[in-house]
Amino acid sequence: MSDTLLELRSITKSYPGVQALRGVDLSVGKGEVVGLIGENGAGKSTLMKILGGVVKPSSGSIVIDGESRTALSVKDAAHAGIAFVHQELHLFENLDVAANIYIGREPRRGGFLNLIDNAALHQRVKPLLRRLGVDFAPDDPVDALSIAQRQMVEIAKALSMDARIIIMDEPTSSLTLTETDKLLSVIADLKAAGVSIIYISHRLSEVKHCADRVVVLRDGRQVGELPKGQITSGAMVRLMIGRDLKSLYIPPKVGIRRGGLELRNFVTSAFPERDVSLMVHRGEILGLAGLVGAGRTSLAQTIFGVHTAKGGQILLDGEPVTIRTPADAIAHGIYLAPEDRKKSGLLLDMSIAENISLPDLKRFAKAMLVDTSREVSVATEQCRSLSIKAPSIDTDAVTLSGGNQQKVVLAKWISMAPQLIIFDEPTRGIDVGAKGEIYALMRGLADAGVAILMISSDMEEVIGVSDRIAVMHEGGISGILDRSQFSEHNVLTLAVGNLGKEDLGKEDLGKEEVVTHA
Amino acid sequence: MLKKELGLFLLIVVIGSITAAINPQFASQVNLMNLANQIGLFGLISIGVGLVIITGGVELSVGSMFALLGIFFLDMLVNYEIPWPISLLITIAAGAVLGSIHGLLVTRLKMQPFVVTLCGLLLYRGIARWYTADSTQGFGYGGGYETLEWLMSGRTYNIPHTFIFLVIVAIVMSVVLHKSVYGRYLFAVGKNEEAARFSGIPTTTVITMAYVIAGTLAGISSVFFVFYTQSVSPSAHGNFYELYAIAAAVLGGCSLRGGEGSIVGIVLGTVLLQVLQNLVNILGIPSSLNFAVMGAVILLGVLADQQLQRRRQRRLAMASAEARELTAKEGTAGAAV
Repeated sequence: MSDTLLELRSITKSYPGVQALRGVDLSVGKGEVVGLIGENGAGKSTLMKILGGVVKPSSGSIVIDGESRTALSVKDAAHAGIAFVHQELHLFENLDVAANIYIGREPRRGGFLNLIDNAALHQRVKPLLRRLGVDFAPDDPVDALSIAQRQMVEIAKALSMDARIIIMDEPTSSLTLTETDKLLSVIADLKAAGVSIIYISHRLSEVKHCADRVVVLRDGRQVGELPKGQITSGAMVRLMIGRDLKSLYIPPKVGIRRGGLELRNFVTSAFPERDVSLMVHRGEILGLAGLVGAGRTSLAQTIFGVHTAKGGQILLDGEPVTIRTPADAIAHGIYLAPEDRKKSGLLLDMSIAENISLPDLKRFAKAMLVDTSREVSVATEQCRSLSIKAPSIDTDAVTLSGGNQQKVVLAKWISMAPQLIIFDEPTRGIDVGAKGEIYALMRGLADAGVAILMISSDMEEVIGVSDRIAVMHEGGISGILDRSQFSEHNVLTLAVGNLGKEDLGKEDLGKEEVVTHA
Repeated sequence: MLKKELGLFLLIVVIGSITAAINPQFASQVNLMNLANQIGLFGLISIGVGLVIITGGVELSVGSMFALLGIFFLDMLVNYEIPWPISLLITIAAGAVLGSIHGLLVTRLKMQPFVVTLCGLLLYRGIARWYTADSTQGFGYGGGYETLEWLMSGRTYNIPHTFIFLVIVAIVMSVVLHKSVYGRYLFAVGKNEEAARFSGIPTTTVITMAYVIAGTLAGISSVFFVFYTQSVSPSAHGNFYELYAIAAAVLGGCSLRGGEGSIVGIVLGTVLLQVLQNLVNILGIPSSLNFAVMGAVILLGVLADQQLQRRRQRRLAMASAEARELTAKEGTAGAAV
């Protein structure tokens, strides 16, 4: 394990306005499993993209087999034996297992006819599958395989390329417990065979189980390294947090009022075995934290009627309401500002005015004909009150900045007497100045008696803006925090959801007692 | 938005002038009225198909519908001697029913519009041929529908009723598409169905309605065509007409990706196609070249349009960059204060 295969030396990467990596060092030895952890946005994905040759670092060097270079190309990475098993699997579902493993590198025959030599192909794939001990055959179609099996196909693909380092990005996020165990045992076998692994996961118990060493990233920096003996969930969480959070909090003028939206044993199709019970009061901003994939977006979209609920009840001010389509939700004053503004929040090719009037167009119509002058006056009014910066209300939404686009999304709901507004990642891709304006708008709505549910993966935002925080873990609510209990540590502890008791006991921060585990 | 239509109009004027210069017959009243009749016949269905194209779908079955509904109409009128107002209404209703079936298959069962309407094309043609044993159907010697005949194929002030009817439908549909709530929804759904759904628009109803309108217009057109051809030969009647309609819509600015198009454009697209057909006759170009001329003009037209679009996109990108810079500056200025 002493010989180093790969070494990254003080890698930095800056994008316009963002410093994604600031001098990260990382080394991987032969047959070593390195756990790489950090919060959403800590810089893990950028680092992996650099290793894959997709992104060029701004400075620093990459040393492979003692040879130093400033950047890798995709070809270099493959040549150096770096392979990926992605969170979203990149497989051709319409082809069989063998074809997927050797895609682009098929053994050929027949000279210029370039026919695929299927016999040779299967000859090469069989030993790979045997090595992984899988329960499917080379000619099984991929769309008949489970997620776990597909992952094995990806690993087989990596092995077929003589990979020396396999990077696994959240490999277990969609696996069951037994499948996870199976994957961990495959990792142990690979390690024994001298293959190195970089294991990226939010699931600290898995990292603890399989890693020889853990590297922690925070805000683009390498903030710590834990050798085998010191890998505990507590130590990992402690390293992942600890930055100073700027205060974004705008205290409520009025505070919580009676009523609001209540979910009772609410079940989404994304996590059919979990149910969610949650209350969002009028006048409060309830932050909904959790790791990517915890089921927050599908919860929001199910409340809004995009997906059908599998069970449970929605109550608005104590009255049960039935929501089957977004139109039902809108009729009850329940609105969603979706995560993907460009795809589902706005019609980019339509003007600001047309976007604002769209969900309530009938109100703008006389005898089913759109009254353009009313449309113009409402849009002008909203543009002024939300200070949307655009040449005119006839401007197409596509030309606006992220912050102004988000304000247009809000403008359409604000003019429709909102009861509950769900913000899904309200400030993603929005610059700092506009963020503050969005937060002020949210607070203004809450003070006006609207219930606000804010999904956010940005720790600063969720702690800085919320009045209370509900934390989701694998489809369920793992805890609810009051302002006095807000800390990055508490949110993260609930978000990873699998802290052992012994780890909590070792903590000396004195805040665990007040964390309410649901 | 009107630039595209203006360009198309100018193109028609130029082509028309050149043709008239070569052969003055083109501008004769007889020829122009004949042309107007053709435009009326084909424009009606192009509007219906255009609406479906704006949803991002396509309607391939209208030619076969003309055959099936034409035979259906003649059978009621001639063989069963059903009074013409009832025959007419039933035929139109049948068109609407076929359209709604297409719409429901597309929206509820999530089938692809191309597949649904291609099957319609095969199915309706097949039924029409089987029902008549491939024999041509005509009016025979019956009577009692002179009023209808006048309505469908007559002229007022020498203007063909088909053309007058097209103008009326075009005005009504223009208002529906460009002024009404439904029209706005149609464009929204065609542009981005997901965002439309997230805005609470009943997307399935909006899309289904487009197919129903197309079917209804096909029903009305069927009767116009029966009176135009005076007989229906089930294997040939209306062949390729769906392609004329799609071509007119595309020439008129409808994008097959959905979300774009205008009624004026579709009507002008029809006019251009019919002028081209007429020009082939008038200039003595072998009529076997008919399709080739049409194909070439559509290809060039859409190519030119795409180049203009690309230029517009580039301008938009620049405008958007400027707008962002503007807000960024204001943002920092705000922070400094």
